[in-house]
Amino acid sequence: MRHTRQIVTTLALLMVVSAACSDEPTPGEQEGTPERITLLGHDSFIETARVTGSFDAFTQQTGIEVALVAGGDAGTMVNQAVLTKDNPIADVMFGIDDTFLSRAVDEGVFLPYESPLASVIPGELIAGDQVVPIDYGDVCINYDKGWFEENDVEVPADLDDFRDEAYGRLLTVEHPATSSPGLAFLIATIDTYGEDGWKEYWADLRRAGVNVVSDWDTAYFGDFTRYGGDSPLVVSYASSPPAEVILAEEPLETAPTAVLEDGCYRQVEYAGILAGTEWPVTGGQLIDYMLSVEFQETIPLNWFVFPVREDATLPDEFVEHTVIPSNPSRLPAEEIAENRERWIDEWISIMEG
Amino acid sequence: MLAIEDVSVSIGDKQILASVDLGVEGSEIVAVLGPSGSGKSTLLRAIAGLVRVSAGDIRWDGRSVLTIPTHKRGFGLMFQGFALFPHMTVAENVGFGLRMNGVDDVGKRVEAALESVGLSGFGPRQIDSLSGGERQRVALARTMAPDPQLVMLDEPLGALDRNLRQRLVSDTRSLLEQRDVTAIVVTHDRDEAVAMSNRLAVMREGTIVQTGTLEQLLAAPADDWVRQFLT
Amino acid sequence: MSKIRWGWVAVAAVPTVFIGYFFVYPVIRILGIGLSELSIGASGVEARLLRVGWFTLWQATLSTILTFLAAAPLTWAVSSYEFKGRRLAMALVTVPFVLPTVVVGTAFVALGWRESIGAILAAHVFFNVAVVVRTVSTVWSRIDPRLFEAARVLGADSRQVFRTITFPLLRPAMAAAASIVFLFTFTSFGVVLILGGFQYATLEVEIYRQAVTLFDLPLAAALAIVQLVGVSAALYAYSAYQETRSVSWALDSGSNRRPATGRTKLTVGLATVGTLAALAIPLGVLVSRSLSGSHYARLFVDDPVVGRPIGAAGNSLLFAVIAMCLATLVGLMAAAVITGRRGSLSRWFDLVLMLPLGTSAVTIGFGFIVALDWPVDLRATLWLVPVAHALVAVPFVVRSTVPTLRSIEPETREAAAVLGAAPWRVWREIDLPIVSRAALVGAGFAFVISLGEFGATSFIARPSTATIPTIIYRLLSRPGGSSFGMAMAMSVVLAAITAAVVLALDRARVGDIGRF
Repeated sequence: MRHTRQIVTTLALLMVVSAACSDEPTPGEQEGTPERITLLGHDSFIETARVTGSFDAFTQQTGIEVALVAGGDAGTMVNQAVLTKDNPIADVMFGIDDTFLSRAVDEGVFLPYESPLASVIPGELIAGDQVVPIDYGDVCINYDKGWFEENDVEVPADLDDFRDEAYGRLLTVEHPATSSPGLAFLIATIDTYGEDGWKEYWADLRRAGVNVVSDWDTAYFGDFTRYGGDSPLVVSYASSPPAEVILAEEPLETAPTAVLEDGCYRQVEYAGILAGTEWPVTGGQLIDYMLSVEFQETIPLNWFVFPVREDATLPDEFVEHTVIPSNPSRLPAEEIAENRERWIDEWISIMEG
Repeated sequence: MLAIEDVSVSIGDKQILASVDLGVEGSEIVAVLGPSGSGKSTLLRAIAGLVRVSAGDIRWDGRSVLTIPTHKRGFGLMFQGFALFPHMTVAENVGFGLRMNGVDDVGKRVEAALESVGLSGFGPRQIDSLSGGERQRVALARTMAPDPQLVMLDEPLGALDRNLRQRLVSDTRSLLEQRDVTAIVVTHDRDEAVAMSNRLAVMREGTIVQTGTLEQLLAAPADDWVRQFLT
Repeated sequence: MSKIRWGWVAVAAVPTVFIGYFFVYPVIRILGIGLSELSIGASGVEARLLRVGWFTLWQATLSTILTFLAAAPLTWAVSSYEFKGRRLAMALVTVPFVLPTVVVGTAFVALGWRESIGAILAAHVFFNVAVVVRTVSTVWSRIDPRLFEAARVLGADSRQVFRTITFPLLRPAMAAAASIVFLFTFTSFGVVLILGGFQYATLEVEIYRQAVTLFDLPLAAALAIVQLVGVSAALYAYSAYQETRSVSWALDSGSNRRPATGRTKLTVGLATVGTLAALAIPLGVLVSRSLSGSHYARLFVDDPVVGRPIGAAGNSLLFAVIAMCLATLVGLMAAAVITGRRGSLSRWFDLVLMLPLGTSAVTIGFGFIVALDWPVDLRATLWLVPVAHALVAVPFVVRSTVPTLRSIEPETREAAAVLGAAPWRVWREIDLPIVSRAALVGAGFAFVISLGEFGATSFIARPSTATIPTIIYRLLSRPGGSSFGMAMAMSVVLAAITAAVVLALDRARVGDIGRF
């Protein structure tokens, strides 16, 4: 009798203890290693990552497969992450930028992560502990060198030149409500001229005849004089001139376009571990891989943006054909989140009114 | 033999058939005769199972057919507009019933059926290339090919010209008699009714008012209306 | 009798489950999430919403009318006459339908058309002419010519014949085509965005802005509901109209086209060539830009960033075949149910099946991601791609096949039943062969819709797969002459595949019933 009671008690104790031990792993911990980890990114990142095998090295090193999921454009992707935060469709998300960061953080989409490689990231690019910067692109006004030479016009020096009709009407910008570079440029002007001055600036632009289109494709391939349009100045990226060289139809010696350093805006792209994932440790490893020199050096030629690591070597074309702006605009994510809607509405009423 | 007992059919609020009683013996050909709108077609459709019977019973060889779905009753019905399958050839039309019953030598039987209506060799023809008389005969061949025990013909000669009608009246009757089937022919034309059948059933406003041969009916009409209708 | 009922239930179950699980359920879930945080508030928002709603409505109406006018000559020509190149014309007119909006947008911009109502309307017409031509001609070519002859004998001249005979008989098919074009233009997104400039926004653009850019889900949900209500009202009116007007007895099961003679030949030629030429102008821009370098050769080479572009064609075709089979199966069953019984239930069924065309793509896409993790986690799987395409394609199959099914005289089916065919057999022997041609037209649309990745495709998360439209978008999102050239070349490839497939489907014979 006594033996039975002892046995039952021991068994019961064992059960209680094992139940306590088999709890859900605490956030930041994981049990075992997965066979596969899923990375959610926007379409342009994911497609190229798959084609160029960007994560093959990671798989070789760790034995873990990387499943790539494309989530539409950046905004759609972030919204999907928010909507599925209780049961995420991936383990790591990459490609979120400052315009959407606040929203994701507020909704508790991420698990905070500090990478052991964090020291290689320039301090000004860091944005809190929830996400890790991986690359950045600078939105700058591009100009068609050929057009300015042929028409014997001087290239504008800074943003103020566009208040003048001589230059204003030569510029095409994208709509901030529907275009990421468009919004970036607007924020650059707000950063430059402040809350009081930016509205006047845009009123001047409007009077000068600035051209507004809905998205980058239309602006670049439709309006840019390089492609047969009427605007020799267009809001694009600092990486566009090297891209023109690398992706030209016929080999080019010099870049046909260049950037204006004034009015640039730095868009940083971050990676973060999605809360609710089963594999936070592996997710961290993946992010660390994206910060490795190996991966960082593939960034320019694959995605035409710049690696955050300052010790990553840039391809020659990037060094030769463009400048990395020394003092681009950049606003904190919270400020953008708070004011974005108001800014866009006010911009619309200025430009329509 | 076919027994229609006290059958009523309503469609929506309208009562189309009211307490119809009719018996048809083994090899009889009965002509249901009546003015347009008297419910003749509906009677045939009720026998075939295409409309629901709201009261009464229909029995074939003693067994009620009301619980048997249309495609299992094995009756033949030739429609007023012929209802030939437009996307099939003549042979495919005529052979349809045979195919549904899983018969083996469809081709031979189709040929035989076409021959019996005088359309030998018409097998490969398209329906839309046929004249009115040819269509009628194809429709008849199609109805007869599966050898149904009960054959119903709804205004079989309605759409045809007078000469054609006269010829086809006797052809149709001989065909029916040859096969020794039970037949009901629906028509509004008294002469045709007489020519094609052994017995008349006069129908008016959804009910059978009198049956008998023409002589019997003329000798003792049930009421003035019958007398006027038959003269 | 009870057997027939069970048969109907089985047939009705497939489309019901499809539309219920992949449309109704996700939409309700996502709208529910949005509305749960709804607080009626911001002033000035109502004013803009009214403006947006009004603009959406009248541009869609005008677009539909203009599309009909533009499509009329070609529709008349291909319906009434048999001539060399007729099938090719029917295939070519479908090409604009499938092209990605961004590609057409750049073509229009290159032609100098933008930022105007005119550009929006022109683009809508460009895209949708095919819907009218193919839907209406299926019915028009089958009108019994003896009706015309009878009218002429009775003293009617050509115009009166058209007005009193042809037009009334065509009304159901025209209403069907109009409903589809209206739904497409009502929910127009890319065209308005690219060609409208920022002054013009439709409800769809607003919904995208609110949902994705500003993450104001409550407002987006409210807008989506307004859109749905408007669309439902239009659809309800349409289907009620159809019920009372469907004329079944005058349609042959074969086509009644005849060769054109004399002066008519000239008119037919003008109508065909003229319409195709007008459609070709933007396409010509595409083609010329694609030829400017060795872009076609580059499609077969591994591009450092997009891989081998031509490889995407295989994926696109695979998705398209799956979507086509799915949509045709579901659509035919739905058409059977809709035409099988009259009454308000089948009318509502018809309406719900059409709704995906009129529902915001953002709503459906986000609905998928919120709802489809039960009972199996289908989010981020490849299956959702053809499903999303099929949702948009099923209405086409239904609209193509219902008029034909309704044209079958009840007596024909009854004759088959009397001759011993069980209900499913009647369907197989009678309905199916007669409707096969119309079903192929619907299947063709489904295929093309999938190739062009309509609807919610851009809002679904999916494993990385290269398809032709994604490659095109990818190429156009980076600068460089070769990118642009290759994007144009891929667009031409897409156009060529579309024309080829449509041509093949039009020539296809189902069993022996090829002459239809």
